[in-house]
Amino acid sequence: MKMPEPDATVLARRREIARALNAIVPGEGVIADRDELAVYESDGLTAYRQRPLIAVLPETVEQVSRILAYCNSEGIKVVPRGAGTSLSGGALPLADGVLLCMARFSRILDIDFANRCVVAQPGVTNLGITKAVESEGFYYAPDPSSQIACTIGGNVAENSGGVHCLKYGLTTNNLLGLEMVLIDGTVLRLGGKHLDAEGYDLLGLMTGSEGLLGVITEVTVRILQAPETARALLFGFPTNEAGGNCVAAIIGAGIIPGGMEMMDRAAIHAAEDFVQAGYPLDVESLLIVELDGPEVEVDDLIARISAIAANCGAVTSRASESEEERLKFWAGRKAAFPAVGRISPDYYCMDGTIPRHRLPEVLKRMAEMSARYGLRVANVFHAGDGNLHPLILYDANNPGELENAEAFGAEILRLCVEVGGVLTGEHGVGVEKRDLMGTMFSEADLAQQQRVKCAFDPDSLLNPGKMFPELHRCAELGRMHISRGQIPFPDLPRF
Amino acid sequence: MTGIFRPESARQVADAVAWAAAEEEPLEVLGRASKRAFGRPVQAGQGLELSGLAGITLYEAEELVLSARAGTPIAEIEAALAEKNQELAFEPPDLGPLLGGEAGAGSIGGVLACNLAGPRRIKAGAARDHFLGVSAVSGRGEAFKSGGRVVKNVTGYDLCKLMAGSHGTLAAMTDVTVKVLPAAEKTRTVLLLGLDDDKALAAMTRALGSAHEVSGAAHLPAVLAADSEVSYVREAGGAVTALRVEGTGPSVEYRSAALRRELADLGESEELHDRNSAGFWQEVRDVQPFVARPECLVWRVSVPPQAGPAVAGALAQGQDALAYYDWGGGLLWLALPPSKDGGHAALRAALSGCGGHATLIRGPETLRAAIPVFQPQDPAMAALTARVKDGFDPRRVLNPGRMVAGL
Repeated sequence: MKMPEPDATVLARRREIARALNAIVPGEGVIADRDELAVYESDGLTAYRQRPLIAVLPETVEQVSRILAYCNSEGIKVVPRGAGTSLSGGALPLADGVLLCMARFSRILDIDFANRCVVAQPGVTNLGITKAVESEGFYYAPDPSSQIACTIGGNVAENSGGVHCLKYGLTTNNLLGLEMVLIDGTVLRLGGKHLDAEGYDLLGLMTGSEGLLGVITEVTVRILQAPETARALLFGFPTNEAGGNCVAAIIGAGIIPGGMEMMDRAAIHAAEDFVQAGYPLDVESLLIVELDGPEVEVDDLIARISAIAANCGAVTSRASESEEERLKFWAGRKAAFPAVGRISPDYYCMDGTIPRHRLPEVLKRMAEMSARYGLRVANVFHAGDGNLHPLILYDANNPGELENAEAFGAEILRLCVEVGGVLTGEHGVGVEKRDLMGTMFSEADLAQQQRVKCAFDPDSLLNPGKMFPELHRCAELGRMHISRGQIPFPDLPRF
Repeated sequence: MTGIFRPESARQVADAVAWAAAEEEPLEVLGRASKRAFGRPVQAGQGLELSGLAGITLYEAEELVLSARAGTPIAEIEAALAEKNQELAFEPPDLGPLLGGEAGAGSIGGVLACNLAGPRRIKAGAARDHFLGVSAVSGRGEAFKSGGRVVKNVTGYDLCKLMAGSHGTLAAMTDVTVKVLPAAEKTRTVLLLGLDDDKALAAMTRALGSAHEVSGAAHLPAVLAADSEVSYVREAGGAVTALRVEGTGPSVEYRSAALRRELADLGESEELHDRNSAGFWQEVRDVQPFVARPECLVWRVSVPPQAGPAVAGALAQGQDALAYYDWGGGLLWLALPPSKDGGHAALRAALSGCGGHATLIRGPETLRAAIPVFQPQDPAMAALTARVKDGFDPRRVLNPGRMVAGL
């Protein structure tokens, strides 16, 4: 992974920069000691490591604004970081960059049940928001698997999903407002407790922008009343085709379940060995369907979906009869990543999305690749929305195996794009998929995206080296090639 | 306007915009021109109408996805979806009649460009939440795409969000992909009768704070309820507060009964079933109460739900204002008598305390040219907005002035 060449003059100014930052954030809020910086050298994508020049942990919006204004005027790069759970290297530090850690922004500022929203600082965890409102029966819907640790600010930066996003939406669909700071120190407020943007939807643009456009200092999200009941169904199928057909038939019948997750044989076995969830071991494909709502609705849908599954050739069919059993059905799925971690020294988690009906073909071709690369792969799949998480098993201690796993992963993602899907469903581009952007986007597409970046950060100081395979100067991107004086469209209907 | 381009391919759109950029000739970008009277008047010598880019290009019901050329009539899309018992869950309003035109005349591109959404906004989101992919031509005359055909996608910036609500000022869309959803099997609407604005807000807040998945929460004062074409509403004899539940049969019956029981302390209630319920929400969606009052200026005001009655109250003082609420109090539809500033100053002042935004949806062209139609921005936001515009359309040839004077 090639990152932008560190700027030697900035590297040489380390002590001076640390002093300047210390004047903004006094005391222990500035970390410049090489050993102390080690904890920040990677995020959830641990294959890539780099110690930052300096880490700074501001506590106020004013400090964030002054830090950014200082870095902007001095031409110093900045990498924002929430909890560091990114799986795409979005928070990977730069050797010549300041790591801006938002961990101290950890307070909930306003719980407004009447307007059904919560205002929180970005360092509050995803689960922390639900915990703050559950006494009144409310919750925050998006629930990424890392919800104990990941922060709401990071969720916005990555547009995080979760197993319930089929029915309840992603972060972008549950976000009402933001306060953010631009690289020049300008503090902006987008949205609020009302719906929809005035002017351009910069709130939507910021969501999933991976820390390249601004630093989030406050978040307002919608909260919902929790459903009265939830039950889960467990189905086993003899083939991936049968499982995929069942998902299509459920949606075709007009049913949008609260969650719908699929696992392949390798993932089923790893999970069952780990947590003994009671999964059948003689099936190729396992489907977990969760229904939530009033009891009468859940019972009705369980009957209908069970009939659909039977029609699609389910060989195992069980409905949870207690909350304990529902959680047990989920336990294997939720433990799938660590379960795979148990059977392999290392694993590499991919995150493509495909049109759902292409699943059997994609799994088949992945099995062929697996044989070719000599690396095992297990698959978990957000079946409702086509988001696929292949886990490639490898051993980093074997020379060349990481590179081999990366090449296998890249080939999987190219396959996702080839069948009409995308490179990343919820983990972000980061550094990991940066160099694959060209398989999905043309140069013109990427240039237009970077012109948006230029509107926010003209010198490309915020999180450079992420998302875009090549950095272009804004002046170069802004240039227009004009050939005047002729109408080049003689056949264009004109009235 | 001296001429209109009606391109029939994305390539022709690119040619037309490239020419406009080279000649610095502004273009008025239109879908099917049904909402031309919405926004500030555009000063452009040429029109670029996308009605020639029509037709559904992909519809996979079981994948919940539909792609169409940007100028495809919304009516064609809704008909295709209805055949598979699906719909655009954000309930796109048909503003044609409100703006003095025909019903059912808009395009999918126009709906997305205006980011319109109906009563179900509170549960299902706005047009922007269903906008998965776009191909467009920037003001530089360059074709680009963003997003895709899948719901879960964080590959690159979400430029669909920027296109939604940009009123054609950033790019001319040529192809769009949207998420579609199954239509509800059953719908019921609980009507609470005779509540004043504050009690109605309390009722809507309790309903939306419940687990009953309310998908519409509106309140019509007596004078507007009396105009409804739904007899139960028209003959209610007072204000009507409406709460909609949708879903499977047993669930809808259970939830509507639960709502009536839980809100029984607020007085008597009625229930609208499928056809009446659909008719009522269509009236709320399409601002029907103000269609028959063509002389009034119509504002659409989005506020924190609890601020709705206070904002309406502040505006009603001393003038003949009419208002009704959607989105549980968070959307205020306001009709004001014609005036020199259209009520703009009073509205902005009323919003300054609570946050939110007001948009003049209907008003004479002279007024729309004279006052900010959209919510004015503070200098920092205005500067960023201008930089974003210039990133797409540096010569400002696409719908200049549609949203903000000079931009």
